Amino acid sequence: MKDTLKIADKTFTSRLFTGTGKFSNTRLMRESILASESELVTVALKRVDMDNESDDMLVHLKENHINLLPNTSGVRTAKEAVFAAQLAREALKTNWVKLEIHPDPKYLLPDPIETLKAAEELVKLGFVVMPYIHADPVLCKRLEEVGVQCVMPLGAPIGSNKGLKTNDFLEIIIEQSNVPVIVDAGIGAPSHAAFAMELGADAVLVNTAIAVSQNPVAMGKAFKMAVEAGRMAYNAKLAPVKKHAEASSPLTSFLN
Amino acid sequence: MKNTFRDTFDLYDWDTLEHDIYGFSEADVKNVLAKDKITLDDFKVLISPAATPFLEQMAQRSHELTKKRFGNTIQMYIPMYLSNECQNICTYCGFSMTNKIPRKTLSDAEILKEVAHIKSLGYDHILLVTGEANRTVGVSYLKHAIALVRNHFSNISIEVQPLDQEEYETLITEGLYAVLVYQETYHEATYKIHHPKGKKSNFNYRLDTPDRLGKAGIHKIGLGALFGLEDWRVDSFYTALHLKYLQKTYWKTKYSISFPRLRPHQGEVQPKVEMTDKDLVQLICAYRLLDEDVELSMSTRESETFRNHIIKLGITSISAESKTNPGGYAVEPQSLEQFEISDERSTDAIKEMIQSQGYEVVWKDWDRSYVNSF
Repeated sequence: MKDTLKIADKTFTSRLFTGTGKFSNTRLMRESILASESELVTVALKRVDMDNESDDMLVHLKENHINLLPNTSGVRTAKEAVFAAQLAREALKTNWVKLEIHPDPKYLLPDPIETLKAAEELVKLGFVVMPYIHADPVLCKRLEEVGVQCVMPLGAPIGSNKGLKTNDFLEIIIEQSNVPVIVDAGIGAPSHAAFAMELGADAVLVNTAIAVSQNPVAMGKAFKMAVEAGRMAYNAKLAPVKKHAEASSPLTSFLN
Repeated sequence: MKNTFRDTFDLYDWDTLEHDIYGFSEADVKNVLAKDKITLDDFKVLISPAATPFLEQMAQRSHELTKKRFGNTIQMYIPMYLSNECQNICTYCGFSMTNKIPRKTLSDAEILKEVAHIKSLGYDHILLVTGEANRTVGVSYLKHAIALVRNHFSNISIEVQPLDQEEYETLITEGLYAVLVYQETYHEATYKIHHPKGKKSNFNYRLDTPDRLGKAGIHKIGLGALFGLEDWRVDSFYTALHLKYLQKTYWKTKYSISFPRLRPHQGEVQPKVEMTDKDLVQLICAYRLLDEDVELSMSTRESETFRNHIIKLGITSISAESKTNPGGYAVEPQSLEQFEISDERSTDAIKEMIQSQGYEVVWKDWDRSYVNSF
């Protein structure tokens, strides 16, 4: 049986989701995304000209296997997020939205209160809501209760490349969640992505680490391989970590 | 309980800061550069003469930090001057009330003519600029101008006379995204010399403008000092102090820094303190090391060569083909400029220059649908 990931009405073969910011040009962005084999790519609503069908970024993302995920980066309140999501739905013909509400423009840390409010409203309006949040297990459950289709807890501040600084909480979230858990933000190396997958995350979202690397195309592929390896390891059930050594040649075997 | 930046400002003394900045040693700089996190005290060291030999090291670090935070992108914006009327006397400005020049304020039709030209160049982020003439180019004019242009641009900023909080709130409701307001100099006595008459002569009202903007809930505030009026190092420390205070107090607002150096203009004043290209690079890098997230903006005041090389050193936004006179693009190209620009290349030429260095030119990074709900 194929190990696919189902979110709402879509089934994904790849568990690597990617972004579109920070690339040196849209051609390179496209090549990198293709190399990563990502099937879900997030686009900042504020970066695209929604009235223009030949918007450079959108044109470069026109591929059958690539699903666009508009995000609300830039909004500061639930009210603004709901309005932005409705515009994106109309312009990009998708009811999927990555809900990002970070009133703090410095660290871009998500506002849990506004996010929960917006998520509840957007679900009622028929959106597939993917909320970007702090790694807060209780908030994840609250979001699940209002009907989001997945949760996207952060590993570290956006763009920091620091890896999974929140892994103790990610473990709890993964253990408790009834919806897919996608680790978003802070993943800076393929090894971080592999680690997230080994923990049991359903997918990861990576942008800066790919876009700002010396070779974004190769890095896109490296992340693809890391995510696959991490997922394979998770499915294969990692050997348990033990506090004491367990010799493969026991000292007392001579007694037998 | 501190209410405005003035309280923080009063904790510092210009002469003491100047003494500190000029007293650092090479060892002090090495200690600072060995750190991961740069504080305001460290910033003082990085803008000191002692840091000059470490410019390459600072530039490399600035490049890396900027790339990590902003990626391989440079944003484009363009100023549009709406009026050259002014009720202030400023010794360094072409619009100064005492300069006998024809005054002009654009009508609706003229604004739209300018907009059409600017749009044809590809711009989506616009900076509306006026002199400081509250009686004729006040809030009602600005409100009307924003309403007139907002369907043509995703992002509207202004650089006009300081306003009251309620007035800013009105403009934000109309679609205003950012306000640039430069203190010019933080040296109070020098400020008074250069601004002898008009509302602008009120040092404190100008100093507290970013506070009023923060309270009004503006998305972005642009800060800066005008280099040439006073010692750039001390003025830049105060600007950084202002930035850090604002970031802590109005945490939902973004900030940008500009680096205007005195340019030739009608009724010329000679710079009191020379700021060399090397000095300016040092300052840009020091800001980036102090703050990974602050936007750093570069105007056409600077030369072609300088702007070509600054792209990789920490700058995040740049203007091109700017006109500093009302109607300068399409209506009345011959009206008097606020100052002469230096880099006169076309928008396309600047775009190509940026792209040739491996950066994407970003025209749009905001959406007017992000309506504020204060």
